[in-house]
Amino acid sequence: MAQTRKSQLVDPLIDNNPITLQVLGICSALAVTSSLSVAFVMAIAVTLVTGFSSLFISMLRNQIPSSIRIIVQMVIIASLVILVDQVLKAYAYEISKTLSVFVGLIITNCIVMGRAEAFAMSNPPVASFIDGVGNGLGYGLILMLVGFIRELFGAGSLFGITIFETVNNGGWYVPNGMLLLPPSAFFIIGLLIWAIRSWKPMQVEEREFKIQTVEAH
Amino acid sequence: MEGLVSLAVKAIFVENLALSFFLGMCTFIAVSKKISTAMGLGISVMIVQTITVPANNLILNYLLAPGALAWAGFPDVDLTFLGLISYIGVIAALVQILEMCSISISRRSTTRWVCPAADHGELRHLGRLAVHGGARYDFPEALTYGASSGFGWALAITAMAGVREKLKYSDIPDGLQGLGITFISAGLMALAFMSFSGVNL
Repeated sequence: MAQTRKSQLVDPLIDNNPITLQVLGICSALAVTSSLSVAFVMAIAVTLVTGFSSLFISMLRNQIPSSIRIIVQMVIIASLVILVDQVLKAYAYEISKTLSVFVGLIITNCIVMGRAEAFAMSNPPVASFIDGVGNGLGYGLILMLVGFIRELFGAGSLFGITIFETVNNGGWYVPNGMLLLPPSAFFIIGLLIWAIRSWKPMQVEEREFKIQTVEAH
Repeated sequence: MEGLVSLAVKAIFVENLALSFFLGMCTFIAVSKKISTAMGLGISVMIVQTITVPANNLILNYLLAPGALAWAGFPDVDLTFLGLISYIGVIAALVQILEMCSISISRRSTTRWVCPAADHGELRHLGRLAVHGGARYDFPEALTYGASSGFGWALAITAMAGVREKLKYSDIPDGLQGLGITFISAGLMALAFMSFSGVNL
């Protein structure tokens, strides 16, 4: 095996992050990051679903005909997501109401499908499971970072606990309401990508058109 | 009729799938490099939406909703918990069919762009939307909603591709090159689209 187990788990955190490099799982990253606790639950749910769906799909990979593979993968993923959905409804009802549609959206979360298609269909079960969990964690990491920034500066709190006392409650902090709106997540992720790529220049995309340098006379 | 028109306008602009609900974002970001590809993808999303939203609407109203099975003699059965899996099944099947068709079409004609579009089976995450649309509307409304929300998405991704085609000539810092600047311009577009619904800070 070319990759060790450890690198499979750690690589997706920064070096091959699903959101900032593979462009997977962006929809939910934008929509559920306005509060940290929701982002946290979502991150765990996605990690579990990605891990187990990769495991099961990889177990079945030799039985799935390629012409109907999408449907088979969907069925496996959908069953897992329904499981997560019902568990959340039973044990964390408030959070499940906020997440509502986005739990369902895990089914269609590109990370789950993307890893199933790109990795689990051609690798043995254990490796696929680790790959799935690693990618789920990489996704969770970005989700938590974005959630941290948005909740701290948008509402002045973390996990619902007040950090900056806002003006409305007699404090000093004027919350930046713009950060609670979904478009702000675009900017935060964009800037995160900038930060990561300055740190790891390997990830920088090549320019299609270079600026021509004119020689000085 | 008037209701349908206003529903269409709402689905295209106010509740734009891509820029207000952030659905289909991965594809929106990943496949918007060229206008022609983006348009092809937009068209196939429109097709998928137009078929799946009404289809799921029928499934919900005649099979899954509480009391919907009365015609089969089970008036007390509520199968809504099976909603997700059946909607997704419909969508996945449809995308797979579209993929097969588009491959055979694209071999024969020059419409190569249909292929990457359907090939990106990612269309399926619009499925959630079909769920959403299916639940609220009756059949003609679901049909209108499906078609116009697909159109709204196509409009958004084409506009995004236009922006990106211009952007590639500009001098962007290395780290922002490509994905980074795409996110930021998508953010600006989303802010612009918020003006259709009104900004509430």
